[in-house]
Amino acid sequence: MFRILRRCARTGLATLPLEPARDADYELAGEKLRESIRRLRGGRSLYVREVDAGSCNGCEIEISALTSPVYDAERFGVHVTASPRHADVLLVTGPVTRQMELALKMTYEAAPEPKIVVACGDCALDGGAFAGSYAVAGAVEDVLPVDIRIKGCPPKPSAILGALLAAVERAGKA
Amino acid sequence: MEAPLNAGFAFQGIVIFLAAPLAAGVLRKLKAVLQNRLGAPVVQPYRDLRKLLGKEEVVSGTASGLFRVAPYVVFAATAGACSLVPVVLARMATAGGAWGDLVVLVGLLALGRFALALGALEAGSAFGGMGSSREMMVSSLAEPALLTALFVAALEARTSEAGRIAAHVARTGGAAFGPGSAFALAALFLVALAECGRLPVDNPSTHLELTMIHEAMILEYSGRSLALIEWASQARLLLFMTLLVDLFLPWGIALDASAAALALGAAVYALKIAGLCAVLAFAETSTAKLRLFRVPDFLGAAFVLALIGLFSQGFIQWGL
Repeated sequence: MFRILRRCARTGLATLPLEPARDADYELAGEKLRESIRRLRGGRSLYVREVDAGSCNGCEIEISALTSPVYDAERFGVHVTASPRHADVLLVTGPVTRQMELALKMTYEAAPEPKIVVACGDCALDGGAFAGSYAVAGAVEDVLPVDIRIKGCPPKPSAILGALLAAVERAGKA
Repeated sequence: MEAPLNAGFAFQGIVIFLAAPLAAGVLRKLKAVLQNRLGAPVVQPYRDLRKLLGKEEVVSGTASGLFRVAPYVVFAATAGACSLVPVVLARMATAGGAWGDLVVLVGLLALGRFALALGALEAGSAFGGMGSSREMMVSSLAEPALLTALFVAALEARTSEAGRIAAHVARTGGAAFGPGSAFALAALFLVALAECGRLPVDNPSTHLELTMIHEAMILEYSGRSLALIEWASQARLLLFMTLLVDLFLPWGIALDASAAALALGAAVYALKIAGLCAVLAFAETSTAKLRLFRVPDFLGAAFVLALIGLFSQGFIQWGL
């Protein structure tokens, strides 16, 4: 028991300051985003539901790094949740495969308004390496209204978090 | 003099509700620091609640009206329980009239968790039923230990009203804290961990299918219902912390309603709760979650501790 606590004390703070997001990393897409942010009281508390619509799991590895002590998304009020009922943000990765198309739509319907849809990674934006495959129904945009697009294959954890926060802040000010 | 003291006593429950998100935030911050993280600001639970209160609610098509009513029952029952405990002001022996006692408190908490378990079954998801059955198992084992531990304090003060117990112990001083109280305090701490869904019985910060209890029951709730349930469960945690410090270690609590005594009582209370948060954060960081089938052993240990406390209290009071 004390071994763990001693180790905590020796390690010190592991969290790195967040690099500011570069403008090339993300785009705001939806008109709806500003209204959503207003109803979410400025977005200081965001519950994120991750939806893998057919991703290669590259993006998932980067997203799961967000909860690690190094990136610590919780310091910005960003919390990964287990249920779409709790979600404010749907973080969708991967091209939307035909098998996951209905599941993605149902997840969207299960989330309460106001909700923000984020397409995360190049596959989610335009199908990426999987575009045109017979198993792929299209990009996330073809299935759901997307509010924020995050580029990268896969995007770095700091880029995902930075882009999400920067987009929310910009939409909140606009 | 009697009437304002009674009213003031009940209003302390509001203090618990207002301060509960702060206590939860402090606890999370301490745990984050122990995990070498920066962690969310201590006011984050208030932001979460404010956001949730403004959100739309989505209700499953299979749910009946019970699903919508349950969060209000949980909130009201917890609020009722909170109005029965002394926070910064104890209840004097001279204040007449009966107030709800510790048995009522345990009953109200049981009502809240019964309503939540029913509500969780409503949505027809597998997780809800799993969470409900586990919650009922844990609570059926925790409740006898809880009542027994509380009876030790009641035996010492010869009353089962929390406010009068606090006043008795505060006035008697160290002599009121015998071996019986020490055992009961330890038992109540273990029970509080189980009742509030903390480690090692339940983990409030995970959603792992195989282990979750409380989180499994609230998966289907959204918007205002979720805010009410979360707020009530934060208040329940602070309520148990308050019981721990004010039944067994109430020194410094205000014995009359003068401003100086109340200020001192509030300061001492804040210090004690902060200390208890630190103890809880250390305990949660350094223990792993128990396997579900080991939880009866854990609560059995709590019950035995409470029973030893009750016997030693009895021996001291009446001899062999």
